[in-house]
Amino acid sequence: MTKAEIIERINGFLVDEFEVDADKINPDENLRDTLGLDSLDYVDLVVIIESNFGFKVVAEDFINISTFQNFYDYVERKVTEKASA
Amino acid sequence: MNNRVVITGLGIWSCLGNNLDEVTESLRAGKSGIGMDMERKAWGYRSGLTGIIPKPELKGILDRRARVGLSEEAEYAYMATLDAMKNAKMDMSWVEKNEVGILYGNDSSAKAVSEAIDTIRLKKDTTLLGSGSIFQSMNCTVTMNLSTIFKLKGINFTISAACASGSHSIGLGYLMIKWGLQKHIICGGAQEVNPMAFGSFDGLSAFSIRENEPTKASRPFDRDRDGLIPSGGAASLILESYESAMERGAPILAEVVGYGFSSNGEHISNSNVDGQVRSLKMALNDAKLAAGDIDYINAHATSTPGGDLAEASAIDAVFGESRPMVSSTKSMTGHECWMAGASEIVYSMLMMQNNFVAPNINFENPDEASAKLNIVRTTIEKNIDVFLSNSFGFGGTNSSLIIKKFKQ
Repeated sequence: MTKAEIIERINGFLVDEFEVDADKINPDENLRDTLGLDSLDYVDLVVIIESNFGFKVVAEDFINISTFQNFYDYVERKVTEKASA
Repeated sequence: MNNRVVITGLGIWSCLGNNLDEVTESLRAGKSGIGMDMERKAWGYRSGLTGIIPKPELKGILDRRARVGLSEEAEYAYMATLDAMKNAKMDMSWVEKNEVGILYGNDSSAKAVSEAIDTIRLKKDTTLLGSGSIFQSMNCTVTMNLSTIFKLKGINFTISAACASGSHSIGLGYLMIKWGLQKHIICGGAQEVNPMAFGSFDGLSAFSIRENEPTKASRPFDRDRDGLIPSGGAASLILESYESAMERGAPILAEVVGYGFSSNGEHISNSNVDGQVRSLKMALNDAKLAAGDIDYINAHATSTPGGDLAEASAIDAVFGESRPMVSSTKSMTGHECWMAGASEIVYSMLMMQNNFVAPNINFENPDEASAKLNIVRTTIEKNIDVFLSNSFGFGGTNSSLIIKKFKQ
């Protein structure tokens, strides 16, 4: 899966499942604030990542994810690790 | 304190329709809402008969956070309550500034529980259930979710009393308002409709197997009845004190005047005439009415051989002289279980408002007990001033409610 495909898939489920306007998704924007995430929403984000990319996010990993770009980079890294494992 | 308790709003989501007008039309036409669910046969059910209930489309009406916690039955309850509040002219800005409560009948959330356990078994990871699972899985899924969505600040809990849950919710709401503890309460009942919810009930051979004639399968009081048909949805009513309704300028639809209840203290699933008679007499005493004052009885009768026999005997014991009109709307809806006690008040209210008595369809030949009752076979145009509705549940829990046309 290429980086572009990963980004497209992430943006797709954020629009569809988290009901955020597509034009509000910008790489440098803050993920939590843009999506209005609370602690329960993070649990749903774990579920949707697992179903889309086949790996489980541990809660601590979210500490280092503040922007959409951080999120894309994190998912790409985990997908690559999984592919090479 | 002895406040008058009035009904100011109704809402319904059932196999007879998804709003009051559709349901009124179905009741008047004697239309059955029963069909077949072939998935149940694949699951090994003895009977695939069920009420056919559409799933509400909530995307665009409710935000994601509100939706993910809603179980199937809570979705039905949301739709019914939204309509009831609208009809009662209870808008959100008023609700947020006042103490509105919720007492709702529900006694299972099997689909949510089953799906959660399947996920845990498959994934070996509880986080992957998502955030909504717990709020869908608990019996109080309806009250928990609706109190949050509608920002309710009054009494807030669920009544689990088997097939009398919805009726007791109205009875308890009535008492709380009558005694001055609350002014406005959303009451009702909800019932999930899926293969996970009814397997254990099917396993008791309690369901009709007249699968070649789904619309003729539910035949309460008929000699040839062979069991009930599971069904569901949700029904909501807005109960409030007369003073509150007047202050708000709310439409007063009727008055709750009597609530009777009892426990059989006997068998876990068999009906008991004495328990039902005590419930009926208590409701009449509470309403300060005589048996002859009741114009219409919406019977609990589910179409099981034993249950209908006991209820016919109980009704005859109390109403044998006055012989009011009797019908079981379950002949059209099937048995809406946890919802039934509330939906049957809504159905009877629609009859009262529109001056007719809905028929007990499929009543072709009486048995010895039902021959003593004045069972309505076809729709009758009639003014109803006072009606009574029975609900009886496993464990021997009985509830009888009396509703009167509102007069100043």
